[in-house]
Amino acid sequence: MKKAILQLETLACPTCMQKIAGAIANVDGVEKTSVKVLFNASKAKANFDPEKTNLDTITQAVKNIGYDVLKASAK
Amino acid sequence: MQKWLMKNRNRLTAITGILIVLAFAAKWLFKSETAESGLLLAASLIGGFPIAASAWQALKVKVISIDLLVTLAILGAFVIQEFEESAIVAFFFLFGAYLEQRTLAKTRSAIKELVEMVPETALRQTADGDFEEVDLDDLDEGDILLVKTVGKIPVDGEVVSGSGTANEASITGESMPLGKKPGDPVYAGTILENGTIRIKAEKVGDETTFGKIIELVEEAQDSKSQAERLIDRFSKYYTPVVLLLAIIVGLISQDLELAVTILVLGCPGALVIGVPVSNVAGIGNGAKQGILFKGSEVITKFSKVDTIMFDKTGTLTYGDPRVSQVKKYGQGQLAEQLLVSVEKESAHPLAKAITGYYEDLEAKEVEASQVLQGGGIVAQVAGQQVLVGNRYLLDEYHVPVTKEMERDMEKLASAGNSLVLVAVNGQLELALGLKDEIRAGVKEDLAALKKLGVKNLLLLSGDNQKTVDLVAEELGLTEAYGQLLPEDKAKFVKKRQAAGEIVAFVGDGINDSPSLARADIGIAMGSGTDVAIETSNVVLMNGSFDRIPRALALAKATRRNMIENITIALAVVAVLLVSVLASSWMNMAIGMFVHEGSILVVILNAMRLLAYRSKLQKSRKLIENNFSQATGPYTKGIESIQ
Repeated sequence: MKKAILQLETLACPTCMQKIAGAIANVDGVEKTSVKVLFNASKAKANFDPEKTNLDTITQAVKNIGYDVLKASAK
Repeated sequence: MQKWLMKNRNRLTAITGILIVLAFAAKWLFKSETAESGLLLAASLIGGFPIAASAWQALKVKVISIDLLVTLAILGAFVIQEFEESAIVAFFFLFGAYLEQRTLAKTRSAIKELVEMVPETALRQTADGDFEEVDLDDLDEGDILLVKTVGKIPVDGEVVSGSGTANEASITGESMPLGKKPGDPVYAGTILENGTIRIKAEKVGDETTFGKIIELVEEAQDSKSQAERLIDRFSKYYTPVVLLLAIIVGLISQDLELAVTILVLGCPGALVIGVPVSNVAGIGNGAKQGILFKGSEVITKFSKVDTIMFDKTGTLTYGDPRVSQVKKYGQGQLAEQLLVSVEKESAHPLAKAITGYYEDLEAKEVEASQVLQGGGIVAQVAGQQVLVGNRYLLDEYHVPVTKEMERDMEKLASAGNSLVLVAVNGQLELALGLKDEIRAGVKEDLAALKKLGVKNLLLLSGDNQKTVDLVAEELGLTEAYGQLLPEDKAKFVKKRQAAGEIVAFVGDGINDSPSLARADIGIAMGSGTDVAIETSNVVLMNGSFDRIPRALALAKATRRNMIENITIALAVVAVLLVSVLASSWMNMAIGMFVHEGSILVVILNAMRLLAYRSKLQKSRKLIENNFSQATGPYTKGIESIQ
């Protein structure tokens, strides 16, 4: 398991959180219970299985629903 | 598409606003109803489009959002051909969201300032010895980095060459700059005020102490209290319920306008955002002063605290003996000089306190010295016989003691002092009282805590009961217990909790983790060590005692702010509901205006917390300011960081 940390554009509405969390959780290989969107820090964190998916896929999933990812890292 | 809408949302909002103004101009200046309707229709479409798109996105992940309510309201207004209302609702909603974003950014600014304490790039040594600028994320442990004057230190590490002074206020809260030479540790997020150093990276990125502090604060700002979770659950069902209610009312009354108005009025707004914004502002304010709250649950509990327990005498006192009084019986000066000469040779803890007290006096050469077990030292200094020790030593050497001297000694001892007596050539010259003194300001801080409503102040100490009693009496503590082991302290916490008290435990986070963990609020004082951060609920980065009343005052202010915001939100809902049923002037445009207005009011209310300073702090600040004027620019830079 690796942990992805995405720095998002500034989040302003609570619904955005639900949408982003949903989009990340839907990526195959992401541990659903680990998905966490920090509203105030505008960050998303999630654990994922590096054999099933990667950071780019997760980043793309967030971009697809219309939110910009400023920085992404995994460890 | 979605992205384009997000990017151009502000532009669309502006266009919607301009079209509405033009529509009214057409109506009043040119009396053209067709032009007016056309312009309003255009405004509704342009304003409504991003809202509808957003609602659709939410629906795709099975979320019924506020955007959906507004979209339906706009569509409803279209059906009954109320273009004026649909345009205004769309505009208010978009413009309100814009203002929310701007003001929310303000409430988050405190934490952002903290994050910016770490630089984005660093100068790394390459294989040929030059330095290249690299992104912070590309650094590894073991890299050699160059930091110049007024540079921000990018990693936790060790100085390998060069020297300078660093301001570590962001980590320790201590604002005096520290000298750094090879072998000294340096921390990310601190500033090299002058000098140039090369450092070897030991921890980088999130692994650094500073990185952990940031992570802690970020998580805290988003952690939810029980009340908030309730509101969250509530709003999850609330929105669909409003939708259902509007449909039912519409069907029964056959009045589409009423149904649409209910949709707008039912938008959850201030209630959902009110508590989190107070939380963010309060935690942000704390973080800037080195007070870390782990979430709003902690703030709520801490604000109701009944009992505060202190882990050891050393929290309230300096922790080592200091000279408190000196009685002189002879000419003084020479005896003092002889005393310092003898004590300089000794490793006894009292000797250190004495040489520290007389640091200006020059020591003479000690020609011979001998230790008398259980008594003290007999020495030959500059041709004179010097005795330094206790009463037993004096009696052994038949030094005469008068009634007056006798009384002085008793007085010193009963005030909790250890005695050091000095006789020169068989005459008693000095009697020194040494004790572990109360830290400056602690008395005022404890009084402040009582004023803030703390009922019980307890000292739990490992020291003997007599010492503990003296400290308790001097400070006005309500209870004090000595000779306790760490596990006894945890039992105390348990006992008081069982009696229904909300207990805070103040410790240094090293030996008292059981008590820190058991207490309702564990307060770790002194440093940002990993243990302290993990086991406690409140971390005070700075060891200074005045952070405790500051933290409590801030917690109370934050709690008050949350309650104000909930009250505002509920009052607005009540007023809207009553007026839609009982008045004729309420329509969806006014409803949307009030709704967005109330959101802004709660955000602005929360922003007051960012500037919050307790009364105690205000008076201290004045003293600090005077101090910084006296010492010049040296401490100026620090003021601005705090």
